[in-house]
Amino acid sequence: MTRMPIVKALNTSLRKALETDPKVLIMGEDVGKLGGVFRVTDGLQKDFGEDRVIDTPLAESGIVGTAIGLALRGYRPVVEIQFDGFVYPAYDQIVTQLAKMHARALGKVKLPVVIRIPYAGGIGAVEHHSESPEAYFAHTAGLKVVTPANASDAYWMLQQAIATDDPVIFFEPKARYYDKGEVSTEAIPDPLHKARVVAEGTDLTLAAYGPMVRVALEVAAAAAEDGRGIEVVDLRSLSPVDFDTLQASVEKTGRLVVTHEAPVFLGMGSEIAARISERCFYHLEAPVLRVGGFHAPYPPSRLEDEYLPDLDRVLDAVDRALAF
Amino acid sequence: MTVDSTAGAGKAPRAAKKAAPRTRAKAKAPRTATTAAAPELVQLLTPEGERVEHPDYSIDLSPQELRGLYRDMVLTRRFDGEAAALQRQGELGLWASLLGQEAAQIGSGRALRDDDYVFPTYREHGVAWCRGVDPLNLLGMFRGVNHGGWDPNQNNFHLYTIVIGSQTLHATGYAMGAQMDGTDSAVIAYFGDGASSQGDVNEAFTFAAVYNAPVIFFCQNNQWAISEPTEKQTRVPLYQRAAGFGFPGVRVDGNDVLAVMAVTRAALERARTGQGPMLIEAFTYRMGAHTTSDDPTRYRHDDEREAWALKDPISRLRTYLADNGLADEEFLADIDAESDRMAKRVREGVRNMPDPETLAIFDNVYADGHALVDEERAAFAEYQASFADAAAGEGH
Ligand SMILES: Cc1ncc(C[n+]2csc(CCOP(=O)(O)OP(=O)(O)O)c2C)c(N)n1
Ligand SMILES: [Mg+2]
Repeated sequence: MTRMPIVKALNTSLRKALETDPKVLIMGEDVGKLGGVFRVTDGLQKDFGEDRVIDTPLAESGIVGTAIGLALRGYRPVVEIQFDGFVYPAYDQIVTQLAKMHARALGKVKLPVVIRIPYAGGIGAVEHHSESPEAYFAHTAGLKVVTPANASDAYWMLQQAIATDDPVIFFEPKARYYDKGEVSTEAIPDPLHKARVVAEGTDLTLAAYGPMVRVALEVAAAAAEDGRGIEVVDLRSLSPVDFDTLQASVEKTGRLVVTHEAPVFLGMGSEIAARISERCFYHLEAPVLRVGGFHAPYPPSRLEDEYLPDLDRVLDAVDRALAF
Repeated sequence: MTVDSTAGAGKAPRAAKKAAPRTRAKAKAPRTATTAAAPELVQLLTPEGERVEHPDYSIDLSPQELRGLYRDMVLTRRFDGEAAALQRQGELGLWASLLGQEAAQIGSGRALRDDDYVFPTYREHGVAWCRGVDPLNLLGMFRGVNHGGWDPNQNNFHLYTIVIGSQTLHATGYAMGAQMDGTDSAVIAYFGDGASSQGDVNEAFTFAAVYNAPVIFFCQNNQWAISEPTEKQTRVPLYQRAAGFGFPGVRVDGNDVLAVMAVTRAALERARTGQGPMLIEAFTYRMGAHTTSDDPTRYRHDDEREAWALKDPISRLRTYLADNGLADEEFLADIDAESDRMAKRVREGVRNMPDPETLAIFDNVYADGHALVDEERAAFAEYQASFADAAAGEGH
């Protein structure tokens, strides 16, 4: 067990993948000497060479498109998109090609491409550096979408994503890069697409993922002081979603609040609310409530504290759900 | 005027030939592609401040105009330095310095007419200055109070664009419109060496060529895209890209304000007279970090920077002005005083820049309104008010 921040856990995981599988490649802008703008790939080019840790031209469509070609040739590219807002030039390649190619080839080809995307806000950045575009990808059949919330999951989920024979969009909560946690490289990890109950409670289920897990745990702690037991579920995987774990929790608590930074309208919370309403109709004591971003562009950084769902806003929804 | 898109073709493509090795041996991108060879670099003022002639480009400026260019560059550099200082003091979240690129920006910016239109990246503070955009307005997005903060149509200076390369297409479309309207206005799109790799930029070249649009593609090749040197983007000098699209390209000494102005004027004249687009590669250097978040010591050597410091755009013009009796002590002192005043105004202006109202989050999302935005705004206002009510309640 070693205590390390998420950014180091990711770096360690990439190093391990490069060591164990000669087909693993890292591609992206500034991933070489610089080690990426967040230093996730720090030192990897020095140790594994420019052929395996590749500084690409500044063209996201090119990066993903060539990663597809490399995957067709038997490689396992791990692509870095520098920031959430810069994945869109690659969106066409991801949605029209990467996601569908296995099906079109009647299963004859596999596309083991991992696309790492630092996402979400809270770092005081300029436009396009704070967005949460996960729903666009979860909405696309053929892609798997996951997001770790702690160092151990960062390490293991990246290992598992790289080992997956399908394309995986790997969202990294950039505002949590320096959150530290214990990482055991010997442990037997949970399956990649399994949700996890990270705090137990009997009064209400609070589902969160990525950067919002920390907030959800703060909510549970605050509610506990008022004598309310909040069960926090870290979804971890956004496609597929582990509805069984959620269902079990909601059958126990009878209430569900879902929170994410992404806009509420047609966000992950919408699908979760619909599914849980179908599965747990007779157990629900209140409608499923969602807390998230607004139907507005991510605001300039001086407003992001107001825009982002925080302890107060989630507690407000918890109160409303409990008051039903 | 002969602006031949294949100029230098006889000498340059050595690098291009090497790019397709017959063996499977690892092909190394030759550094000569974009640096040492420097074919056909248009220069009118040497780094030593000496006026030289070029067969295709000339310029004849009055003493006052020359002094004006000097003043623009000095004030722009001062503004840039002030903004960097404000970032260090926590007043700005980020700053993208243009240090070293003053001549590329002032030379091109001052070649424009008021009715021309500019599509900048995020680093065109010098061009903004030429357009008359209040420097304070540039700082709003770097402080985090807005995403742009000026009316693009007031100075024909579009908002800064952060997504690399996008604006080149907007510029092309705008130019297509200007042409359809029967005006002789031109459009200039700024972008970087890194941006030249983006699909959008290459599509902009295609559209501009096909529609013969009056757009100038102004590439500031500052040798770096964050940590990646230009060799990671191209194996031919960037200006030569234009030939394949069917319009001329030229490489100019980007630290020579006179040459940049001459070349930009020529390109604008072509555009105005229906001869279509042109690519200008201003060969320059990013003297500072990519932005205040960047640490260039991780990827480049100081000696490169030192070599470029000898080609400084401002000192060569100062030498020229001094040697020719065009600038005396008083002139230089006046500019210093003006710089100080401007810097003070910027400092105070930034410190007093108010944070936006929270509900501004919901402003201007749509031109014609939207029910969901209205609903969310109302709900959020109510939510916020509940805290005020609670606070008031506690007071009783
Ligand atoms: C589509 C997109 N991808 C990545 C980025 C992140 N990024 C910001 S600036 C930059 C390098 C740009 O280099 P260049 O075009 O040479 O312009 P310079 O910064 O040197 O002026 C990168 C990769 C971005 N802003 N947009
Ligand atoms: Mg550059």
